[in-house]
Amino acid sequence: MPLYRISQWALIAPALVLVIALFMMPIAWFVGASLAELGSIDAIWSEAKSVLGSRAILGAIWTTNVIALVVTISALIIGYPLSYALSRAKGLAFSLILICIVVPYFTSVVVRTYAWMVILGRNGIVNQVLLSTGLINEPLNLMYNRLGVVIGMTYVLLPYMVLTLFGAMKAVDSRLLQAAEGMGARPLTIFAKVFLPLTLHGVMAGSLIVFILAIGFFITPALMGGTGDIMMATLIEREIEVSQNWPVAALMTIALLAITLTLYALYGRFADRSGERFV
Amino acid sequence: MKPSTPPSVELSALRKSYGRETVVKDISLTIPQGEFFSLLGPSGSGKTTTLSLLAGFIRPDQGRIHINGTDATFAPPRERGLGMVFQNYAIFPHLDVFGNVAFPLTIRKLPKAEIAERVKKALEMVKLTGFESRFARQLSGGQQQRVALARAIVGHPSVVLMDEPLGALDKNLRYHMQVEIKEISRRLGMTVVYVTHDQEEALTMSDRIAIMDRGVIAQMGSPRAIYERPESSFVAKFLGEANLIEARRVNGVLQSATGSQFQTAEDIGDLNDGKLFVRPEKVTLLPSDAPPNVNQLPGEVRRVSFLGNIIRYEVSVVNDQTVLCDAANGSSSSTFSPGDKVLLSWQSADARFLGK
Repeated sequence: MPLYRISQWALIAPALVLVIALFMMPIAWFVGASLAELGSIDAIWSEAKSVLGSRAILGAIWTTNVIALVVTISALIIGYPLSYALSRAKGLAFSLILICIVVPYFTSVVVRTYAWMVILGRNGIVNQVLLSTGLINEPLNLMYNRLGVVIGMTYVLLPYMVLTLFGAMKAVDSRLLQAAEGMGARPLTIFAKVFLPLTLHGVMAGSLIVFILAIGFFITPALMGGTGDIMMATLIEREIEVSQNWPVAALMTIALLAITLTLYALYGRFADRSGERFV
Repeated sequence: MKPSTPPSVELSALRKSYGRETVVKDISLTIPQGEFFSLLGPSGSGKTTTLSLLAGFIRPDQGRIHINGTDATFAPPRERGLGMVFQNYAIFPHLDVFGNVAFPLTIRKLPKAEIAERVKKALEMVKLTGFESRFARQLSGGQQQRVALARAIVGHPSVVLMDEPLGALDKNLRYHMQVEIKEISRRLGMTVVYVTHDQEEALTMSDRIAIMDRGVIAQMGSPRAIYERPESSFVAKFLGEANLIEARRVNGVLQSATGSQFQTAEDIGDLNDGKLFVRPEKVTLLPSDAPPNVNQLPGEVRRVSFLGNIIRYEVSVVNDQTVLCDAANGSSSSTFSPGDKVLLSWQSADARFLGK
């Protein structure tokens, strides 16, 4: 084996060991041990069918995907203009926008979620302001429902969207935009015919990463969601902590992992691609 | 010029500064309809800034820009109706050749059939028929250049701006494209404003050249006039090879430090200390025992280079200066070897006395 190949493996090895030892082996062990409780392959198969036939579980899978989709779209709508501003900003403005996006990213999700609870609660800032201006007569339910979950998750996941889009936008050759301008295009046309197509792979990559993270989300929906907003991760946790039904938890874990890996394979297709190869 | 046809481009006292640095200093020029006009200069001379001002990408601090007789000083690029070829081609990577060439027409929302027809003609013109559905990454540098050219002419602009369009091509291809660009511009009767730092390119292609130096036009005129009658050492050195021999005027007579006397056909004012300019191909080598005359300088051959059609002699003269002499590689020309003592000689008409 040539030396550079050996050194490549040597460089990857620590990360690989870490992933295998701390991520893949525990999952394999958890799934294997849980399913082993059922005894036979037939038993696992019939349990799997009953899990997929359960209204509660199917409902959770549906809810999870709907919430993840709404969060992804919201993050895209808020994130695209923000990323654009960031990609054009220079000096102090650039630093300020970046700090506003990245600092929350380094703060605990729990802390950020509680902060939103303070803002959105029945006696929270939003309701207080709306009540005092007389726009509403009684507090709005901004929390413990799907709206709260979407707001909280969108906020938490926004940095992933913004940073991914920022990368794609920064890679757009500004001379192409100038060329379009020189050929007579108006700003809106330049955006629609040049800038957007050239950043579309970033939109795909950012949306996939946000969606992937959203379907596995736990803390925010658990804290800000209502009874009707049980997501898959929450359900898995309940099967283990409350029902102590490990085989069902294992089967749902496999389902969640399968969705995630499928999307990740898609993400891999877009993440590496520059605009010119995504056509 | 007839008053009924206004010049294609007219710049009047155009000025542009960035911070404390003025990169374009009161440039004025007029380009008549159909002329191939080059802005030639080293990098940082302000030629690209001048082109950007003309294109409308940046706004001047002072001065006016007229395009086809209309004041366009502050008009946005889309209202100037110019075609453009960019230095890096700026081919849209997400569009194929057809989409790229059609771009200026699609944004004007022309009917589909007309777009197809005009794209077809433009691609024929640049000999790229059959490449419609290729993407930039599938094209060679020369083909990308042709796409950029087709895109610039597809909208039938009366003025096309080109910013170092051939800079990235190898020498052979570059020469080929020079001929083609020139041919297309002539056939379409376009006015071309061409920015380049390649003096050979400017000489071959242009009807007129403006040589720029640190934000001003050092000299403007036909390639031949500039080449043969430079008005400064800068222009003489920038365009082609030039011998610049230190000289001064003593009692009204031009002479070298060792007293060799020179004459020039034109009298250049009251300059007393400067350089005598003469092109290498205008210098002939004589044996050192040749009869003495005016416009001669003794020297010693240092190096002889064979350049194919010419033989280049490097001759060291007074004060360690080197004078180049290009002799045609003809059958009659006598040859000299390194170490030979020689007399350099030229005609008064080929020499000019320039400031430093």
